[in-house]
Amino acid sequence: MNIFAAIGRAAMALLAAIGRLAIFTGRALAAVVSPPVYGRLFLQQVLRIGYFSLPVVGLTAFFTGGVLALQIYMGGNRYGAEAIVPQIVVLGITRELGPVIAGLMVAGRVAAAIAAEIGTMKVTEQIDALTTLATNPIKYLVVPRLLAAIVTMPILTAVGDSIGVFGGYIVATENLGFTSSTYLKNTVDFATNQDIGSGLIKAAVFGFIIALMGCYNGFHSRGGAQGVGAATTSAVVSSCILILAADFVLTAVLFHS
Amino acid sequence: MTAKIELKGVKKRFGPKVVLDGVDLRIEPGSSLVIIGGSGTGKSVTLKSVLGLIRPDEGTITVDGEDVTHLTGSARDRVMRKFGMLFQGGALFDSLAVWENVAFGLIQGRGMARGKARDIAIEKLAKVGLSEDVAFLSPAELSGGMQKRVGLARAIAADPDIIFFDEPTTGLDPIMADIINELIVSTVKDVGATTLSITHDMASARKISDRIAMLYGGKIIWQGPTDQIDHSGNPYVEQFIHGRAEGPIKMAVKA
Repeated sequence: MNIFAAIGRAAMALLAAIGRLAIFTGRALAAVVSPPVYGRLFLQQVLRIGYFSLPVVGLTAFFTGGVLALQIYMGGNRYGAEAIVPQIVVLGITRELGPVIAGLMVAGRVAAAIAAEIGTMKVTEQIDALTTLATNPIKYLVVPRLLAAIVTMPILTAVGDSIGVFGGYIVATENLGFTSSTYLKNTVDFATNQDIGSGLIKAAVFGFIIALMGCYNGFHSRGGAQGVGAATTSAVVSSCILILAADFVLTAVLFHS
Repeated sequence: MTAKIELKGVKKRFGPKVVLDGVDLRIEPGSSLVIIGGSGTGKSVTLKSVLGLIRPDEGTITVDGEDVTHLTGSARDRVMRKFGMLFQGGALFDSLAVWENVAFGLIQGRGMARGKARDIAIEKLAKVGLSEDVAFLSPAELSGGMQKRVGLARAIAADPDIIFFDEPTTGLDPIMADIINELIVSTVKDVGATTLSITHDMASARKISDRIAMLYGGKIIWQGPTDQIDHSGNPYVEQFIHGRAEGPIKMAVKA
């Protein structure tokens, strides 16, 4: 086995995959801006992607806020800086952990569900059937999911931010000896619109990544149950990786100035 | 007269494997053509090429004299409105009720109001022998034969000019297969459509066609009226219609 041939094949396969993804993204974006708009399907997806994700996002945000308060208190203790807990909690949640935790949770829930649903439609020829019924599958399946994810992720994150800060508040006031009024005052005074806004922008981008990865992997799944399983896995894995990579890039861009 | 559908020199390869090697086929308006051939000879690829689901590497495909080989987007949607298709596995949308499946092309493809489309769907379901109660079930609750009927109702819902049947009797018991064949013949006559079917079920092919073409080695090797199929004088056709293991066709046992 020629090692150069193996490396070459892997490189070609990678480039082909990037090309396929780029073409798919282009077609999806073109479909977003052209009629018809399927309002009914959009609302259905808002419900499935946004509303039904509220419990997981809320729960994880609550524990994240709580553990953040504990860790900052213990870390701050070494410098006698325990009082900074509310400020760091609100900063950490709104700028970073709120959108990222929501993104990862929704990726696990929604990217997997989208990939499995569209993948099954692909292998049972339902996507071909859409075309024969004069309906563009990208417009019918991808656009409502993309838009719903982009719209609902910031809302989910806003809810998650609030619950996360609340988690920190509960731990701080119940266990760490903060008074309720000081904690809330420090939180409100410290957080800026930019902290919150930047997190919500991140969330919208994560929503786009989640829906795109779910749809792309579903559309390109092949060969029965095993293929759909593989598509589901790679939808979750690729959206998680892309969320963390995009988070890094966005943080660098948003807080540069 | 312009052919309803015409394929000229259509070629398609997947990687190194040549599937279609210059298919020429002409389907006259109002006629029913069945393409027969073994598994993996490119029957499905031929069908999907006409529908634009697969893009041929070479050759042209015309529908009503219009070159549709490279149509995409809304131009493709416009041509697709002439077509109805019955998929092998039914390909019913499992997230929608039976009537919504049947009415799908009317509502999404043609923008018809839901109430009106539902009435038409129920009427089409009656044509394939399904009662109104079935209309509100989900496709998963139906048997294979019933799913085929719903698929047929969906294919004829918009009174298409052209209907494609992909292995219409595969996976059905012989009696249900014959019922589906009868339904195909009667509904097609009813709508007055041109049809193209692919099958390897000879009983079905004889029943639903007025012409038969045989695909082998990526080419059409024989075609003629259905009543001539027993006198084709073509050893390949002879072997296929009698289902003999011995003959000029060598099946690749290993892929």
